[in-house]
Amino acid sequence: MKHIRTIIDKEWAEVFKNRMVLFTIIFIPLIFTILPLVMLSLTGQGMQDIGGVGAADVPVEFLSACSPDMTAGECMQIYIVNQFLLLFMMMPVIIPVTIAAYSIVGEKATHSLEPLLATPITTLELLAGKSLAAALPAILIGWLSFGIFLAALPLIGVSRAVIHYIAGPTWLLAILVAGPLMAIAAVNFALFVSSRVNDPRAAEQIASILIVPILGLIFAQLAGVIVINLVVMLGFVGGMVLLDMGLIFLGVTIFQRENILTRWK
Amino acid sequence: MIETNQLTKIFRIKKGVDIPAVQGLTLSVSEGEVFGFLGPNGAGKTTTVRMLTSLIGPTSGSAWVNGFEVGREDQAIRQSVGILTENPGLYERLSAWKNLEIYANLYDVEDVERQVGKYLHMLDLWSRRDDPAGSFSKGMRQKLAIARALMHEPRVLFLDEPTSALDPEAARLVRAFIEELSGQGRTIFICTHNLNEADQLCDRIGIFKTRLIEMGTPEDLRQKLYGRKVVFHLRKLDQAWLAPIEALAGVRDVRAVDQKLVVSLEDPERLNPQIIRLLVDRGADVQFVGELQHSLEEIYLQTMQDTQEDMAAS
Repeated sequence: MKHIRTIIDKEWAEVFKNRMVLFTIIFIPLIFTILPLVMLSLTGQGMQDIGGVGAADVPVEFLSACSPDMTAGECMQIYIVNQFLLLFMMMPVIIPVTIAAYSIVGEKATHSLEPLLATPITTLELLAGKSLAAALPAILIGWLSFGIFLAALPLIGVSRAVIHYIAGPTWLLAILVAGPLMAIAAVNFALFVSSRVNDPRAAEQIASILIVPILGLIFAQLAGVIVINLVVMLGFVGGMVLLDMGLIFLGVTIFQRENILTRWK
Repeated sequence: MIETNQLTKIFRIKKGVDIPAVQGLTLSVSEGEVFGFLGPNGAGKTTTVRMLTSLIGPTSGSAWVNGFEVGREDQAIRQSVGILTENPGLYERLSAWKNLEIYANLYDVEDVERQVGKYLHMLDLWSRRDDPAGSFSKGMRQKLAIARALMHEPRVLFLDEPTSALDPEAARLVRAFIEELSGQGRTIFICTHNLNEADQLCDRIGIFKTRLIEMGTPEDLRQKLYGRKVVFHLRKLDQAWLAPIEALAGVRDVRAVDQKLVVSLEDPERLNPQIIRLLVDRGADVQFVGELQHSLEEIYLQTMQDTQEDMAAS
């Protein structure tokens, strides 16, 4: 554990001295938190102006997500806010990818990897330290953003029923479990890429393709192909657990000190 | 302390294209010895160090460092050796203190603060301990990298080009520190192509170009290639004096250069008085006598030339 703590400590000391990375870590969550609040605030006002919306305004496949005692306006707000659920889940993916993608290839480029690999640290300790260093801040920021979002809902006049839905099992499972699992997958994928390429820019670009499946989810939900509910979320979490295990195993197996040191010239 | 037996490393660049980096290296470095590994760029010196520090595995052959076998006890080897890599590879945004603290923790040093402080003081970096390593001069970075390699007090130390790219003053400081480390009884394996440095620091030298070409003390290598030579400075030289000197048992060769006699001989301590007597008896004024020292550079270049000629011939 001491070696893992040391790597985390080192990574954080380096990353948080980089203002551009700090900016990314703070700016993206800020946007992703403010955007749904603005949308909810605007839709709430709009509904008051037109005297409410009818059930016909909500996509039919989404009506199952609304409880019978909700008004159509509340149901519409839940429909809208559910599109932003995926943004909250994207947060722990976007933030650590840049850090993790740079992690190995960046050390190669600055020649600090060889002395590091010459220490008695094991591959598992090294990768665990680098993964956690990238994933933990993203997960914590994701949770913090959600907490701020939740606390701000009553202030912009969102109804108790909508708040109750957002603080319910589907969202909590998504934010507290699925988000961190996605962060772990993203970080391990980025580390895998980082240990296979020779250029930090290439690592960041390749790792950024991780966003594609999440964008796919967003569009699938917008198109009504899927509706995120508790069952879908449980299935998603199960799939992510398997994916994480596979990526961690692959990362440790493929990480060869010799190849990393000698192949990149 | 370091033993290798037919150690070989071949890199496969692509299918069917193999590049031999190290071929059949057999050597032994004793405890407390400073061993210089001399060779041109691309000779395989760094690959050898990487194998001996368990960073990469050999293709064939075997090696033991500190009693641990390379490829079988890699973790134990990494715990027990220190390495200064060709590039210092410091964390430039982090302070000197933080750089050393990280490595002290990775090497499981018990009293991290004491150890970090000790080496910062010893290498005269204490006053800059809170400054980012990126703000240091090359010499200071190299000293910091050496301190990093010493955090766990290894008995075996590998130094890959320790003074390359340093100005003469910084190089002198680093060399003085290596001498200090040698005085502490550590085994030091230095890769270098700085021949004067090797001559000054090393007990023994191996000249290497993918395979070991020559090995011995600097003095052994000089004698092996050139024998011992003594120069007799005379006020005036008479060519007639050469023949009787050459006739002496143990004298290999005599040459006249300006007003000097250059005598190649086996045992100067025994033969010098005889030669001086012979010269004085013939009326020569001997001004002074000195042994001709071939620089390690001459030895190295001669060895490399012989190797190339051998390769061309074969």
